[in-house]
Amino acid sequence: MIKLVGLVPLFPLIGFLINGFFGKKMSKSLSGLIACGAILASFVVSLLIFLEARHLPEHSQIVNLFSWINAGSLSIPFEFVVDPLSTWFLLIITGIGFLIHVYSTSYMHDDAGFSRFFTYLNLFVFFMLLLVLGNNFLIMFVGWEGVGLCSYLLIGFWFKNTDYNNAARKAFIMNRVGDLGFLLGIILIFVTFGSISFNEVFAKAGTVSESTITAIALLLFIGAMGKSAQIPLYTWLPDAMAGPTPVSALIHAATMVTAGVYMIVRSNVFYSISDVASEVVAIVGVATALFAATIGLFQNDIKKILAYSTVSQLGLMFLGLGVGAYSSSVFHVTTHAFFKALLFLGAGSVIHAMSGEQDIRKMGGLKGALPKTFLTMLLGTLAISGVPGLSGFFSKDEILAHVYEHSPVLWFFGMLASMLTVFYMFRLMFLTFWGGFRGTKEQHHHLHESPAAMTIPLIVLAILSVVGGLIGLPEFWHMPNFISNHLDPLILRKSPSTLKHETEWMLMGIAVAAAFTMIYFAYIVYRQKQTLPLKEGDKLPGLQKVIYNKYYVDEFYNAVITKPLDAISSVFYKFIDKGIIDGIVEGVGNSVKGIGSVVKLVQQGNISFYLITMMLSIVFILLFTFLI
Amino acid sequence: MINGISINYYILLSAILFIIGAIGVMARRNSIIIFMCIELMLNAVNLLLVSFSTLHNDPKGQVFVFFVMAVAAAEVAVGLAILSMIYRNVKSIDTDLLSNLKN
Repeated sequence: MIKLVGLVPLFPLIGFLINGFFGKKMSKSLSGLIACGAILASFVVSLLIFLEARHLPEHSQIVNLFSWINAGSLSIPFEFVVDPLSTWFLLIITGIGFLIHVYSTSYMHDDAGFSRFFTYLNLFVFFMLLLVLGNNFLIMFVGWEGVGLCSYLLIGFWFKNTDYNNAARKAFIMNRVGDLGFLLGIILIFVTFGSISFNEVFAKAGTVSESTITAIALLLFIGAMGKSAQIPLYTWLPDAMAGPTPVSALIHAATMVTAGVYMIVRSNVFYSISDVASEVVAIVGVATALFAATIGLFQNDIKKILAYSTVSQLGLMFLGLGVGAYSSSVFHVTTHAFFKALLFLGAGSVIHAMSGEQDIRKMGGLKGALPKTFLTMLLGTLAISGVPGLSGFFSKDEILAHVYEHSPVLWFFGMLASMLTVFYMFRLMFLTFWGGFRGTKEQHHHLHESPAAMTIPLIVLAILSVVGGLIGLPEFWHMPNFISNHLDPLILRKSPSTLKHETEWMLMGIAVAAAFTMIYFAYIVYRQKQTLPLKEGDKLPGLQKVIYNKYYVDEFYNAVITKPLDAISSVFYKFIDKGIIDGIVEGVGNSVKGIGSVVKLVQQGNISFYLITMMLSIVFILLFTFLI
Repeated sequence: MINGISINYYILLSAILFIIGAIGVMARRNSIIIFMCIELMLNAVNLLLVSFSTLHNDPKGQVFVFFVMAVAAAEVAVGLAILSMIYRNVKSIDTDLLSNLKN
């Protein structure tokens, strides 16, 4: 089965081709069936590979598909790697991907671009699978760029809206900034090691000076910053919510944005060697977690809240990566994929019921009308809040325990970020599902629970969000930590936890107490006092206004980067482009024209003249040849 | 010596023919005359080829002449067709009238 790993990305590719070429001629149900079927087939193959690979003695299998690039000394085979990390991600991508595909068949049902949507979605899954399966940095980069492209296409899916197109462009350009770092990192790897295959590079990593490794690690991290929306390249992710909600769930919460985490776990060898790079990752991670969480507090768009929450959770994952808790971060990627996909799909269900309304100030009291959505979203919220027993509790706790071991200061900020998360998530829940309805009468009349194709994925994800934590029970409970054991062979330096059991219990206690306090706090503010967020245009108090406007980061980037760039380009346009380049191009044309206008006088159209000229020329040539 | 006549006379004759042809091409305006002058030039060359072929007792020159004649025949066919088309269009075969491409 492992030899057939090529099938995993092949199915979505076939789905993409069929839907891409014939989608418009097919019925919507057939088009949806092909797209879902492709992902389901991928999922089944992934599952079989996962189960088989677990029992093999050697943890990493390389499957060579074909020789890709052969030029001089450069030889890059097209190889897939089957190891605990890649198979784990395969399951997440195809599993969650399948649920979201099913959900989309219903969510996008009335959209004119139905088959186009599934074309992009299948293409996305294909590239994402390529990203995690590739056995060298170049295949990873191809996947990396491919998912970026699909992200762009899907954010701008409703391309008639200029704002959406701008959001798509913003995402694409911000990602390019990160990709440049990633590309430079790959080039540096090739120059240093003479190869870009994972196994060769990581085997030789110990032989190179630490400063080179640090440079590589930091360049790769710049790539991760772009893709995984870390400070300073995070602003594209909240804007990416312009895309259809299933896209936000699949691409901008569950899978693509975790590509940065995957990449760093994959190259954990570098980060284990370079303490500087790890420290940078940790600090950027915690800063992002806290920063985004504070912005999330005052947002009113249901999807934007979830987007900032995603940025914040990604920050938490990077914090975990920075302190060397690689398997904990992968664990959090997994649980986050469950509950964040659930929350986004739930939000989609709410938006669907509210006929497109996304502002939580105009919702309220929806729990009666949308019981399934309400219950599943509540479970997702409890999971993200870290309520004991649910998946988010275990993964977040594991990361924070490792962070505490590394540095209590970082732990404090991480803790603060997760407390804020609890608050704004319950703010969202209370404002959306409790209280009185604040929308229009028409919307109230239309309120309805979503069809089964939408609620079943919600229920499955809710179950996963609840029980997902079982794969990573804390080690000090003397329970088998499945995910940590699973990824163990890939992690280079894994120091056993030196924390005392009492300390771990204490940390867990603090986390639980903090979560419940924040829930209670949110309850007081939004249930008892019935506080409502201020309306658009109302005057906000000082600091709140700054946060509501997202710390003016967009405006800052606009003023510091975009405006000067515009100014420079207009200078270049006027002087270099108009003056020099156009001057040269038009000068060549004009001089040819000028010479032509003189020479054309010779061509007077008289045949005798031509004949005489020809004769005399021949005589001249002959004389010339014989005499000289 | 060919049949008692020096090769110089043959060269002289073909040179005279060639020059007559060349001057005709340059000086006349009647297309058919120009055409005939071209043939004259070709045949002047043919004469030279045949003469030297006989002089050196080498048949290659005569073979070459056959080729020239064959190509000349083809050229005449095409050339006369062009001339008749010119006549149909301009009602004349004066080359000075053929200046439509100018400007």
